Amino acid sequence: MSKTYFTSDHEWIRLEGDVAVVGITDYAQEQLGDLVFVELPETGRQVTKGDAVVVVESVKAASDVYSPVDGEITEVNTALSSDPALVNSAPMGDGWLFKMKLSNPAQLDELMDEDAYKATL
Amino acid sequence: MSNVDTGRHLPLEALHIAAGAKFGGFAGWNMPITYPAGVMKEHLHTREKAGLFDISHMQLFLVEGAGAATFLSFVCPLDASAIGIGKCKYTMLLNDKAGIIDDLIITQLSPTRFMVVANAGNAAKDEAHFRTNAGNFDVTIEALPRVLIALQGPDAESVLTNAGLDLSTLTFMTATEPRPGWFASRSGYTGEDGFEVAMPIEEAEAFVAKILADERAMWIGLAARDSLRLEAGLCLHGQDIDETTDPVMAGILWAIPKPVRESGNFIGADALRAIIAAGAKEKRVGLKPVGRQPVRAGAPILDAVGNTVGRVTSGGFGPSVGHPVAMGYVAKELAEPGTTLFTEVRGNRLELQVAPLPFTPHRYRKG
Repeated sequence: MSKTYFTSDHEWIRLEGDVAVVGITDYAQEQLGDLVFVELPETGRQVTKGDAVVVVESVKAASDVYSPVDGEITEVNTALSSDPALVNSAPMGDGWLFKMKLSNPAQLDELMDEDAYKATL
Repeated sequence: MSNVDTGRHLPLEALHIAAGAKFGGFAGWNMPITYPAGVMKEHLHTREKAGLFDISHMQLFLVEGAGAATFLSFVCPLDASAIGIGKCKYTMLLNDKAGIIDDLIITQLSPTRFMVVANAGNAAKDEAHFRTNAGNFDVTIEALPRVLIALQGPDAESVLTNAGLDLSTLTFMTATEPRPGWFASRSGYTGEDGFEVAMPIEEAEAFVAKILADERAMWIGLAARDSLRLEAGLCLHGQDIDETTDPVMAGILWAIPKPVRESGNFIGADALRAIIAAGAKEKRVGLKPVGRQPVRAGAPILDAVGNTVGRVTSGGFGPSVGHPVAMGYVAKELAEPGTTLFTEVRGNRLELQVAPLPFTPHRYRKG
């Protein structure tokens, strides 16, 4: 598996071939609590690093998830429509949020690796 | 999202920290919001077994004296002398416009002694209101330092009995003083059978340990307390009712006995009678969002052509019903269950159905 990068807003991003998969970290899902709804973006949308692209809703509140880098949304995890709790049970796996084609892969180098991210928690 | 220190601390805070609670600010208190089980499991556990809530942020007042009943019947739309010894009454403090300063439960302990349980966020305001209006009455008002717990759910009675406190003779909305300094009522804020028990702070830790020794009982945080009460269709003061809403529009006029409505001499009586005569323009209703997306407090309620016809006052997800649930106010002619309305969340138009309350049936032990 290729390297996973992390943001200070608790997103992760991992390259799989020429697209990257994005989700939220285990720490983030634990802080949010049980998710009951995930609002996913349209595929084809062009996003800039820091754009709010996903809304995750827990029993109590709604929170934004930001795009870690610039690019185009190519796929969203439709399984979350019927089972948003996948983000809680497998945040780094089946609970991924969306895939994107990067406009500028060098932006990944501005993000943290796992050790650096864990040190911030 | 972090454990920010916010205000006053529960006497049993160390127990909640040890239980792994996540804390958050509520009504000026640092409160356990969730425990490691999480809001969904906590909510369902309460409906299936017994949920233990630390609600010591709420304030007990002992109101005592030869004039206590007439005093309470002046500050509340109530005939306090007619509550009945050992009976609890849901009531409220009204301002002179019949706006709701707070909602309360008052228990008559004797002809001259009453226990008042007030909301945390309003306790200081309530106490000031009591004292301002107490001048002409032979009454003393004492704020009692207590730990107040709620044990809610079908196993609550049996768990309490095993913990050495047999309250099985109480029925819904009756109360007793089982030990010196203790006060216990069969009541709650979840729609389930259950109890609220106040005790001296120094006796609380040992008693809570006895409850938690029973595997049917577990700590439940404020997040699940909110989803439980919302499914049960119960109002949260500060959200669903406040000084801008009155008992008629809020649909809690049932709490004011008819003779009191007609001839009671309480603060706000004239305003309330005028509101009853004119009829409410808006009504509090249950709202069921169509689909899975929750609708939150503050969202506008729209009709089919986009006119604002109301507002959401509480909203979230109902773990027991398995869909989003909400409450709010709508124009009276749109308050019929089944009416289709709309709201807007982040620019998306969502459909709402006016729904009967409660969303989950109440399971009170009415005896």
